Parts: sequence; C-alpha cells; structure tokens
Amino acid sequence: MTILEPRKHGSAADGMVGGRLSRFEGELKITGNATYALEYPLENLAHAVLVQSTIAAGRVVSVDAAAARAAAGVLLVLTPEDELGLMTASDWFGNRSENQPFHPLPKVVRYNGESIVAVIAESREQAIEAAKLIRITYEEAPAVADMDDPKAGEGKLLDAMTVEWGDAEKALAASAVRIEAEYRTPREYHVAMEPHGLTAQWDGDQLTVWEPSQWTHGMARTYAEWFGIALDDVRIVSPFIGGGFGSKGGALAYGAVAVAAAKKLGRPVRLAVSRPQNFTSYGGRAATHQTIALGATQEGVLQAIVHRGASETSTYMDYPEQTGAATPILYKVENFSSQTRVVPVNAVTPGALRGPGKNPSAYGIESAIDELAHKLSMDPLELRLKNYADHDYQSGKPWSTRRLREALTEGSAAFGWAGRRHEPRSMRDGKALIGWGLGCGTFPVIRAPSSAMIRVLRSGRVEVVSGAIDMGQGTYTILAQTAAEALGVSIDQVDVVLGDSRLPGSAIAGGSMLAGSITGAVHKTANAAREEIVGLALNDPNSPFRDTGANTLVVSEGRISVASGDGPSMTLSDLLSAVGRDALEVTRNTLPDDAQSATDRSNAWTSMGRVQGPTMGDTSMHSWCAHFVEVRVDEDFGTVRVSRMVSAFDCGRLYNPKMVESQWRGGIIMGIGQALLEEGLVDPRNARTINNNVGDYLVPTNSDIPDIEVISVGVPDYEASALGGKGVGEVGIVGVAPAIANAVFHATGKRVRDLPITLEKLM
Amino acid sequence: MRDFSYSRASSIEEARKAALQAGAMMLAGGTTLLDLAKCGVGEPDQVIDISHIIGLDAISIDERAATIGALAKMSAVADHPAVLAAFPAVAQSLSLAASQQLRNMATIGGNLLQRTRCPYFRDPATFAACNKREPGSGCSALGGVTRNHAVLGTSEHCIATYPGDLATALVAFDAVVDLGGRSVSVEDFFLAPGDTPDRETVITPGEMIVGVSLPTSAAARNSTYLKVRDRQSYEFAAASAAVGLELEADGKTVRDVRVALGGVATKPWRAREVEQALIGKALTDETVTAAARLSMNGAVAQPASSGGNHYKIELAPRVVARALRTLGGLA
Repeated sequence: MTILEPRKHGSAADGMVGGRLSRFEGELKITGNATYALEYPLENLAHAVLVQSTIAAGRVVSVDAAAARAAAGVLLVLTPEDELGLMTASDWFGNRSENQPFHPLPKVVRYNGESIVAVIAESREQAIEAAKLIRITYEEAPAVADMDDPKAGEGKLLDAMTVEWGDAEKALAASAVRIEAEYRTPREYHVAMEPHGLTAQWDGDQLTVWEPSQWTHGMARTYAEWFGIALDDVRIVSPFIGGGFGSKGGALAYGAVAVAAAKKLGRPVRLAVSRPQNFTSYGGRAATHQTIALGATQEGVLQAIVHRGASETSTYMDYPEQTGAATPILYKVENFSSQTRVVPVNAVTPGALRGPGKNPSAYGIESAIDELAHKLSMDPLELRLKNYADHDYQSGKPWSTRRLREALTEGSAAFGWAGRRHEPRSMRDGKALIGWGLGCGTFPVIRAPSSAMIRVLRSGRVEVVSGAIDMGQGTYTILAQTAAEALGVSIDQVDVVLGDSRLPGSAIAGGSMLAGSITGAVHKTANAAREEIVGLALNDPNSPFRDTGANTLVVSEGRISVASGDGPSMTLSDLLSAVGRDALEVTRNTLPDDAQSATDRSNAWTSMGRVQGPTMGDTSMHSWCAHFVEVRVDEDFGTVRVSRMVSAFDCGRLYNPKMVESQWRGGIIMGIGQALLEEGLVDPRNARTINNNVGDYLVPTNSDIPDIEVISVGVPDYEASALGGKGVGEVGIVGVAPAIANAVFHATGKRVRDLPITLEKLM
Repeated sequence: MRDFSYSRASSIEEARKAALQAGAMMLAGGTTLLDLAKCGVGEPDQVIDISHIIGLDAISIDERAATIGALAKMSAVADHPAVLAAFPAVAQSLSLAASQQLRNMATIGGNLLQRTRCPYFRDPATFAACNKREPGSGCSALGGVTRNHAVLGTSEHCIATYPGDLATALVAFDAVVDLGGRSVSVEDFFLAPGDTPDRETVITPGEMIVGVSLPTSAAARNSTYLKVRDRQSYEFAAASAAVGLELEADGKTVRDVRVALGGVATKPWRAREVEQALIGKALTDETVTAAARLSMNGAVAQPASSGGNHYKIELAPRVVARALRTLGGLA
C-alpha cells in the first residue's frame, strides 16, 4: 500500500539537513487527502460506541442491555460479564505479570467516565442510540473527587524521587532573604484535534489496527500480548496523527474492546471515542501542588532550595507528575531538597502531556525565583544570571552544551527587557496594566535505539522506511533531508514511508527523543547505502567504474562519479541498470554491537528498556529556553491578554528550522492556554470532569495569540545526537506559564499562584 | 442520534402546522439543533426544515425601525452597513458571538432560541436531575460547579445562564419578536425560570419566530456591546453589557439610556434601575459608578466552595460602567 505520496518543494539547499524545507505531507493534510485512522474505507464495517460510568467509584451490579440488543442495527453488546479472554500486557519497560487477566470493561468502577459497556451496530448512529438504552445498576462506594477533597489526605511519598544535597533546611534557615509559597496547577488535557479511536480488522489470526500512534511497535506489542498472538501477527498503521501531545503513546482499553468486538463479530470494527469520552479514556496532566522555599544572601546568591511536590494519581496506579524535575538543574545551588508525593483520587491514571514533569516543575521554580527577585528588588534577569549553573549540581557532571545564558541575553535584547521598570503596576496604557515577565525552561535529552531501511530503486527513487511516526513535528521531512544529504541524492528523489509497525522499529515519538534518535539511524543507514553503492560500482563486473582504477567514488546530486571528474558519471538509476539490479536495500540500526539478536531488537523497538536518560554518559544533556512575555491586564475586568512574546532556545543544531520553529510556537501556544485558560473542572459530588468538550474546556484561539518571535541560540551538540540536535518538541511549553504569571504580577502587583489565571483571580 | 422524520416547509403556515406534531423541532441553521442532539438533550421525532422558506432572511431598515427575518444569518446582520450604523450594539453582539463558521450558518431566530450552556443540562446521561429537561427532577447545578451560572433571575429550581449575546442587545433597544400571529417584546418573550424552568419563552406549539423588529433611536445609534471573557474569541460572556446613550444638547445630561446585561442572568436582563438612576442626571464617573452598581440589585451568588460565581456580581457593574463611560466620552 502506498501510504504517502509526498510533495516537496524548496531549493536544493533546503533539502540538506538544516534547510527550511516545507512540510512533506502538508498539502495532503490541507487538501483532505491524508487518510486518518477513522477514515480507512473497509467493507462490512461495524461501529462501536462506549458507554462510560457516571459514578466515581463502586461496583457494577448488573447491566440491562435487553433494550439495546433489540434496537435497530445492533450486532453486539459487550458488558463486564463478557469474558473476552485477554491477558495483561507488559508495562512500558517490558515487564509483564504472569497470568493476569485483563478486563477492558471492568466490574469495579474506579472513576467517573470509565468505559463499562460497548455497543456495536451497523452504523455509528445506531450504536449511539442503542447505547442510550443501556441501564447499569451500580453499588456506589465512597470516592475522592480530587486532591483538594478532604478525604484525599497527604498521599504517598515516593522515596526514589527524593533529591537531596548539602543541608537545605539548615541553609534556608540561615539565609538572609527567604521566600516560600505554594503553586498549584489543575488537571489539563491533550485535546488533540483528532480524537482517539481505531479501526480494527482480523484476517484469521492476523490483526490490523489503524490507530493514531506515537509508537507503532510498542502499541503492536500490547495488542499482541492482550490477545495472545505473535507480535508479527499484529500490524499498527499510523501514517498520520492529528496531534498526540503524549496521549497516543500506548494502546488503551478501548482499543482492546474494539479489537475483541471485531474478533467476536468476524468483521472489521471502528470505534470512535467521543470528545467527552476523550477526557476520561486516558489521563491528561495531573493536578499538582508544590511548595517552594528559597533562601538567598542579600546580594541575591541562592543558598538553598526546598521543594515539596504532590500530584494526583489514580487509585490503581502511581503516576507521578514530577514537579521536582526542573527544580534541581536550573540554578547554581549548594543545598537542595526535593520530595515528591502522589495523591490517589478517583480519576483515570494521569499521563504524559507536553513537557511532562518539567512543565509544572518550571512553573513552580520560575515563579519562586521571580518572587525572590521582587523581594530582593533585583531584576529577575540579573538574578538568573547571577545564579547561573556552571554545571549540573544534581549529577555533578558538566553540561554537554548549555546556552541558557545566551538564550537569556539574546532573548532579552530582542524583547527590549532593559526598558523594564522594576516596580509592579508601573507600566500602563489606559485601562491596560502592562507587565513584562520572564521564565526559563528545560527538557532532558533522551535517546533510544532506532532502525531504518533505505531502498535505492532502479526507477531513480530513494525510499526511506521506518516505523517511526510523524504527528506533525516533521519526521517525514527531516528524514528525507537526512537521507538526501548522507546518500548524495536530490531531495526530490526521496520518498519517506513511516507509521507502520511492520517497518523497522524506532524510538517512541515522545520525550522529544524521536528526531535525534531516528535521524541517527537514517544517517547511519544512508551512509551504509552510499558505501554499498560505491562498492557495487567499483566491484560489479558490469559496472562502467570497474576499470577506472579509482579506489573510491563520489555520490552527489543523485549521480555517481569518479572523484577526479575525468571518468564515467551516471545516475544511480543508470548504475543499477548497468549492473542488472532492481534495487539496493540497506537496513541498519543504532543498537550496540553486542545487542543485535532478534530478541534484543524486538525488545528495543517495543519497550523503553534501552532508553537513555540525560546523565547516562559523562555529561548532562538538556535543551534550554527563556521566554520573555508582555501581558496586558484590564484593570477593571482582570482579563489577561498576551501581547508580545520573544522566546530564545538552545536545542542544539536544528535539522529543519521551519519545522522546529513551528514546534516551538506550538508549545508556546499550549503554554499560553495552560497559563490563562485550561482547567478540568471536577464536580466534587461525583468526581466528573464537567467541562469535557471543546466548547467548555478552553484552549487558545488565534485571537489569543500574538506574534511570537523565536530565536535559536544553540550550537551542535554531538554528544546529544548523531547530527547534533537536542529535543525541540517538549521544551517549547516549559517556562511559558511562569513567564506569563510573572508578567501578570509585574502588571498588577498581584501574585496568582494557581493556574489558570482567570479573570476573577485578578479582579 | 435517533431516527427522525424530516420535512421541508415551503411557507410559514406550513411550518407552523407541521410544528404542531408531537416531538417536532424546527431546523434553520442547525448549529443549535445538532449540538443538542449530540448531547442527548434535543431528540426530535420530526424535524421541520424551515431554512428554505423564501424571503425569511430579509433585512430591511428605515428611519423608524429595522426588520430582520428569522432566517437571516448572524454574519449577514453583523456585517449589514445599515444595522451597523443604526444599532452598533446589535451588530457587535453578533460579531462577538460564536465563531465565524457558526455565524455563517446560524440564524437570528435560532440564535434567540439557543439553550443554556449549563453543563448539567447538557449531560443527561450523568445528571438525571434537571428541571429544565425534566420538570420536578431537581437541579444538579445547585451544589455543583457554578462559575458560569447566573446571579440574576435565578430560582431554587434553576440557576442556568441564558448564554446569548444578541438577545441582550435586543432587549436593551425594545425589540419585538414577531411570532406570526402575534408580537411580543423580547423582554417578555424570555421567561425567568421561577418554578417552571422548562418554559424558557412564551412561544407555544405551532408558533415560530418569523422575525425581529427594532425601533430606531438616538440611544441605539450611540450604542455598544461590551463582552468580557477569559478567551478573546469563541467563548460565552463572563459578563456583557449592551448599552445605548443619548445626551441632551449640553453634552452631559442623560436624556435616554439603555442598559441590558448578558452572561449573568437566567434571561436577557434589562437593567432598568440603572437607566432610571441616570436619566436626567449629568453623566460623571460618580453617577455612572453608582448607577452601574444598581444592576446587581437582587443578585444571588452561589457558594465559593464550588468555584462560585460571586465574581459576576463584581464584574457586571464594571462592564456596565465601562460601556457607559465609553459612550459618554468619559473613558
């Protein structure tokens, strides 16, 4: 199946790594020709609809499905009574408990909005109508609505996440200047434009699932283990994803329901998770509380940081949103203490949402630093530069590269920060109070082994093939650039095929680890392919180069030539014709040489077992950024509008600045939403998120977003990745919310310590 | 969505007759009907499509009044030069509402009949109690999350906010709804919930909104619609004010003033006490501030423990005052 017929444009230079090539698949998307998971046309398709719990905790006593079963078009109703025969799959790290059945439609209700019943009918409309006829009888149990619920308690301390050095409490007590405050963030949601769902089809024991996926191989493993079939018998197809932001990394319970229904019915099944159901079918960012105390000298030299963080988790899994993730690495400090708790509540287990951990963590520390600057009557920029971390005080290692100073200085110059008046409420334009704020962000460099295949075809086309995915971040585009440059062909010759678990395995598109990992694999593969081409040209009996006496050849612009220039020169296509080959195919991976067994490879592509963190080598590797924000706050109404933004980033080398800038801006826009609009509203009586739709859960509109100037201050970091880049996708959002909160304080003199900063908090 | 029968009316009479059938709902732009059908609140057995009735989208205006057909699109009215000149607050109330795509589809008649955004009203599968949907079943919003609920015109049976902007502007300028057989002022057309929250308007089976007429006035010509909300676009009002002002020849004494509030009440809310306090008085910062406060007479907030709505009582007078100052040249 041809899943992508890419379009390319731009100059030859744009086709190289670092060029501003336009998005490969852009035209397909904007013309509606990109086929998404819920659009694949299949014969005899049935439609599944979920019925979710309306209580927060308890037990399903009975399900009356008689009326639904009798309704027009209904093919099947699945309830907790149906034994689907599924087994629990491995966790992210490949660990699997033995003989644990998996019930995607459980009898025990753990949160409001948990899927209990599925109705499958000939049409989606019939399934929806029949689903309304389902009557579930519950035995309710007491529930904890959220972490503010008095029943929630203190939660559990996660010892493994405690970070300590020096004697923070003592140094804090001895500090001449101290601040302490609590910062809160609410539940936040991914609200990707493409809601979740899948189309599933069985062919004997072979399963194909069209589902938006940030990790096709990992998802395939989960489905295989749930259904007890071989990994090779599962195929996940995901060439296009309408936004993931962390929500589409793994298979979810509704997927098991749809695939089980397809098996029972013997026909393909499509399950579209409705927009309200997207708020509970997987977790968003957990609500967090964190208390931060800072101690400093009168001159503003930081002496101690004490951080105590807590986040909501579910009653059935501990998922920490690491509010202490950025706290230890942003500043030079000799005394540090951070503790992290999780508080179980009756909610779906939270998940990763853009900038997980680092994002709420930066909100805390970057707000606290601003509070300290105010207390010291010191410019917040000056305070940050004064306490600049010369190395990683947590790991004790030197930075690989850290151009945060340049981000701060170049960002401030572009913004005009020097014109800032120190006093809050000192700048205005009529009724608009104007404030300038600053916030820094960071995200670690995470890497994972990946593999790729390159096919040089006699037709003249070059195919780059990987199971990696593109959810809008630009994988198609940068892989074409990487291959074109390394192989020595024109970008116009290159086709990229992605998003299929049958293709070579890859790092997950998460934690900003994909681009650095997969470009490394493609680069290695393309170099190997070029060497094979040269070898073929030098050694094949029918090659015109065989008798040139050359010991190497040059491949450039799709032609192979003798380096001196006085010899044969031909296209790769002509070379393959001359030697009688249809294609040359090369596959390489970036696993270590001692981990090349089939098991090693399978585990590498389907688990996080070989993921490398930022300090596993000799250095500490991270992306960095500084956001400069101007807000205008209506002094009567409390409404906040971001009127100007300059953000400077150190993400190392940029493989395609156009794609990168788009990702940065996207992250910043999400950060503006987080700061000012986004909040899951939980009804304390039944723990339901009641604003579970895009009319009531507010994300920014175009009118809320000013021009955003983004600046790159990075230099290539070849410790971080083969081509010198660090991650770009996550870091954009990190530090935006505190920059805005700090600007709001500067505008109004009022410190809002719980997001979002809605108007009533400023009136 | 359950099956329904569909018929297309070619005349007002045909539509009104068809609408007498049990379970009938009218379809014009469809933006509200589809929305309500998707959340399980609107479940028509019969859909009467009135969108093809010829001439019902006309907009006409002379020196005495504007007449707007029920099928005129929100965008057509918002962009109509004569409406913009004679009733700027009305045009602004439309262009600040919904999104461009919705405004291109939604009609004036349907806009008036849009239903509350109360999340408890819109989630029947979870919240069985709603006196609007099921009279006597109770109110799930009381004791729930009430940040966006009303502070004016509420009852122990319902605190749902009327969400629309247009009706707020219309009620300020004494607009009249043409129901075919009779005409009712917009102010009287909408009902406060009292003990019958299910009755939102005086419209009876077999009636339909045919159009809206708006008398011109000096206050309407010098008018504004100020809408305050967290998001710059595509959000319902935290508080809004439709205000019109006519000053005496001295340039400071109030001859006529119109004030209506949106986003804070169970129906489009004319603030007559504010108007009475200003007529005949000099328009100053002090008189404006004092009068604007009267807009919240009788307001009742929900408890803060549930993300309450007390802020609306503070916010709405500020919105009214800002609009008055802007029109009066005090800002």
